[in-house]
Amino acid sequence: MKTDIFGLIYASEENYNLRDLVLHRSVAALPVGGRYRAIDFLLSNMVNTGIRRVGIITQKNYNSLMDHLGSGKEWDLARKNDGLYILPPFDLVANTGTSGIYRDICDALNSKLDYIRSAPQQYCLLSGSYTIYSTTYDRMFEEHIAKGADVTMLYSTRPNTSRQGDESHFKDVRLYMDDDGRVRDIEFDSQLSQTENLGMDVYLIHKSLLEQLISSTVARRKYNFVADVLIPNLKHLKVYGVPHESYVGRLTSLNSYYDINMDMLREDVRHDLFTAENPIYTKIKDEPPVRFMDSAKVRNSVMGDGCEIYGEVENSILFRGVSVAPGAHVRGCIVMQDTEIQENCYLENMIIDKSCTIRRGVRLMGAPEYPIIIKKGAII
Amino acid sequence: MLVNKKKCVAMLLAGGQGSRLGVLTRFRAKPAVPFGGKYRIIDFPLSNCTNSGIDTVGVLTQYQPLELNSYIGTGVPWDLDRLNGGAFVLPPYQNGSEVSEWYKGTANAIYQNMPFLDMYDPDYILVLSGDHIYKMDYTQLIRYHQEKEATATIAVLRVPMSEAHRFGILNTDETMRVVEFDEKPAQPKNDLASMGIYVFTWKKVREYLAADENNPESSNDFGHDVLPAMLDNGEPMYAYPFAGYWKDVGTVDSLWEANMELLDDSPAVKLRDPDWKIYARSQNQPPHYVGNRAEVRRSMICEGCHIYGTVEHSVLSPSVEIGEGAVVTDSVLMSGTKVGRGAVVHRAILDENAAVGAGAIVGGDGAITVIGNSATVCEGAVLPAGARVNPETVIGKNGGAL
Repeated sequence: MKTDIFGLIYASEENYNLRDLVLHRSVAALPVGGRYRAIDFLLSNMVNTGIRRVGIITQKNYNSLMDHLGSGKEWDLARKNDGLYILPPFDLVANTGTSGIYRDICDALNSKLDYIRSAPQQYCLLSGSYTIYSTTYDRMFEEHIAKGADVTMLYSTRPNTSRQGDESHFKDVRLYMDDDGRVRDIEFDSQLSQTENLGMDVYLIHKSLLEQLISSTVARRKYNFVADVLIPNLKHLKVYGVPHESYVGRLTSLNSYYDINMDMLREDVRHDLFTAENPIYTKIKDEPPVRFMDSAKVRNSVMGDGCEIYGEVENSILFRGVSVAPGAHVRGCIVMQDTEIQENCYLENMIIDKSCTIRRGVRLMGAPEYPIIIKKGAII
Repeated sequence: MLVNKKKCVAMLLAGGQGSRLGVLTRFRAKPAVPFGGKYRIIDFPLSNCTNSGIDTVGVLTQYQPLELNSYIGTGVPWDLDRLNGGAFVLPPYQNGSEVSEWYKGTANAIYQNMPFLDMYDPDYILVLSGDHIYKMDYTQLIRYHQEKEATATIAVLRVPMSEAHRFGILNTDETMRVVEFDEKPAQPKNDLASMGIYVFTWKKVREYLAADENNPESSNDFGHDVLPAMLDNGEPMYAYPFAGYWKDVGTVDSLWEANMELLDDSPAVKLRDPDWKIYARSQNQPPHYVGNRAEVRRSMICEGCHIYGTVEHSVLSPSVEIGEGAVVTDSVLMSGTKVGRGAVVHRAILDENAAVGAGAIVGGDGAITVIGNSATVCEGAVLPAGARVNPETVIGKNGGAL
C-alpha cells in the first residue's frame, strides 16, 4: 500500500560520550548486535511501514555510513521513484545561513527545506539516529490522523535501565501526558524526573507545519527541536504521545553501547527486535556460515556469519568475520567485524573495533561498567 | 543490436529432476537443493560466472521450477541484475509451431533458446550444469578454447583409473585434442573424465544444433549426439584439464558427504575466500545464538539459528532451532528445521521446515536418514537409519506415517 509518509533521519548528532567508537563514524553507523549498524533498525522500521522515501541528513564522518547504505538496495530503497536520499551539508552561506556545520537539528532541517518541500508525501517522520527498536509506525500514523494531532511522538514505557547519573541520560526527553495521550509537559535532559515515559526521538508531523515551525524557530536563532520547537509550543500545538511497549536501546554513551549489545543475549530482547513480520535489513556481506572447530567452546553468545571459532567464547557478541584462535578466551566482549584474536589471548569486558589483531598471549580486562575500547585497526 | 554483443554467454542447464535425491527433489529442481548451510547448488556455477566476468547467464528450467525461479529472481545476489545482460530464467515455451515442446535433451534445450543467444551474438557459449560443487575460473577455460582455436572444449578432471569406468572418458592425443569418447568404458584407456562443462564457438555449434534437431534418430543430447557428430566431422575439440575440488552432489550420500567435507580442518572447497566469494540469496536473519548450556563443535552454523542443545559435526542452515538436551551429530539440517528437547539426530538430512519432536530418535549408524520438507516426526518416535520420510508427512510414535 502507498503511504503518505516520507522518512527523514537526522544522522548528524555528535556525541563524544561514545568516545573512540565515533571517531571515524557517525552514531548511525555504529555496529550493533553482531551484524547490524544502528541505522538498520530505523530504516527497516520505515520500510516495514511502507515508507518508500527516506532522507538521511549527514554532517561529519559519514563515509562509513555511505559505504554501508550504498544505493539503499538492501532496504529495497533503490527505487525509480523516491528511495534513499543521502543529504550531506553543502556550503551555501548566502542561501541558508549555515556553513555546513549544523548548530542543531533545526539548522540542518532549515538547510534541507527544499528536500522536504519536494517530497510528494504529506507527512514527515522525523527521527534521530541513536535508537534501536523494532516496530512499524502504522499505529502512530493512525492515531495522528484520528486525533487530529499536529505532532505525534513515540515514547517508551520501559524505564531507562542505564545507570543513574551517568552519560546515558544524554538527551533524555521525558513526557507528561493527560489521559488522552496529549503531551502537556516535557523535560529535557532531566536527571531527576517524575516519569518513566521516555521519548524515542521520532516525530510524525505534516510537512508544511514542520517547515513553518523550523523557519520561525531558526529565525529566532534557536535550533533544538525539543527545547525550542516543542516545549514553547505545547499550549497551542496538539502534541500526542504513542507508547511503544517493547525494547528500546539508546546509543548515548559507551556504557549504553556495551549494554545494548549485551542485551542481544537476552531472549526477550531478541524476541522484541527480530520478528518475522518486521525483518531487520542490513548490508549483505556474503560471508559463509560460522565454523566451529573441535576445540570451540561457546556459551551464551551471538555471532555473525564468517566467524571461525577455535577458542572459548562466552557472553559475547561477535560480528561478521571474527576469528578466535585455539586457547583464546573471549568473555563479555563485543568484537567487531574481521578482528583476529590469536592463540591463548584472554579478553574480558572489551569493545574491540573493526579489523584489529590481538596477538597471541595478550591479556586484557575491563569491567562491565567500564569496558575497554580497542580502536579500529589496532594491533596489540 | 551491436550494443548487446557479448563475448560469452553462459547457459546453465537447471531443468533436471535429480531423482536420485529422492524426497529432497520432490518439489524442487536439483540445482535449488540447499548446500553448505546458506547456499544452494546453483550458487556455485552462478558465482563462478560472476567471478569470471560472465554477466549474461541463461538458466534453463523445466522440472519443478517455482523454488528455483523465486530463488534466482532478478539475479541481484550474484550481481547479475544488469542493464545489458544479467540472469534470465528460460523455461521451454510454445513457439506457434508443431515442434514446441519440453526440452528433450541438453542440446535441444540450447537449440530452443537460439533466439535468446542470437540476441547477444556471443563468440562463445559456456554450457554448465547445476549438479556440482566446485570453484572454477571460466576465463581460463575460454582463453584455452581460444588458444586452441577449438570448436568445442570440454573441461575434464583426472580420476583414478580404477574409477574411470564410472565416467564419460575422453581419449586425447598429446596436445589434449579429443580423438574419441568412451562413455563409461569397461576398459578405460584414459583418466580424463568429462565434467559436463563445455565451451562452444557459437557460430559452429549453432549449425550442429540445427542439424541435430533435424535428425529424428537423435536423442538431442550434447554427450550422445552433438559432440560425437562434431568429432566425426573432424572439428577441433579439446579437453581442458581442471585440477580442483569438484563434487557431484546428485545422490543423498554424496550430498551428505559434500556437506561433511566442509567441516574438515581445511576444506577442499574454501567458502571464506574474498577473491572468489560464493554468493547466495540472504534470508535476512539475525546472527545466531548459542545458549548457556549448548555445546557446538566441528560444525557450521548459519544466521537465525537458536542452539540450546549439542551440535557436533553438522551443518545447520538459517533459522534452525535445537532444543535443550537435544543431540545432533553428523547431520545436515536445512532452513527452519526444529529439533525438540532431548531428541537425537544422527547421520540425517532434514529438509526445510522439518520438525523432530521432543525425545524422538532419528537415524543411526548406517544409511543416511532423510526427512522431507515440512515433515514431522512426533514426540518420542524412533526413525531407523536409512528411513526416507516424504514431504509433509507425520511420523507417529511407532515409526509409521500417520
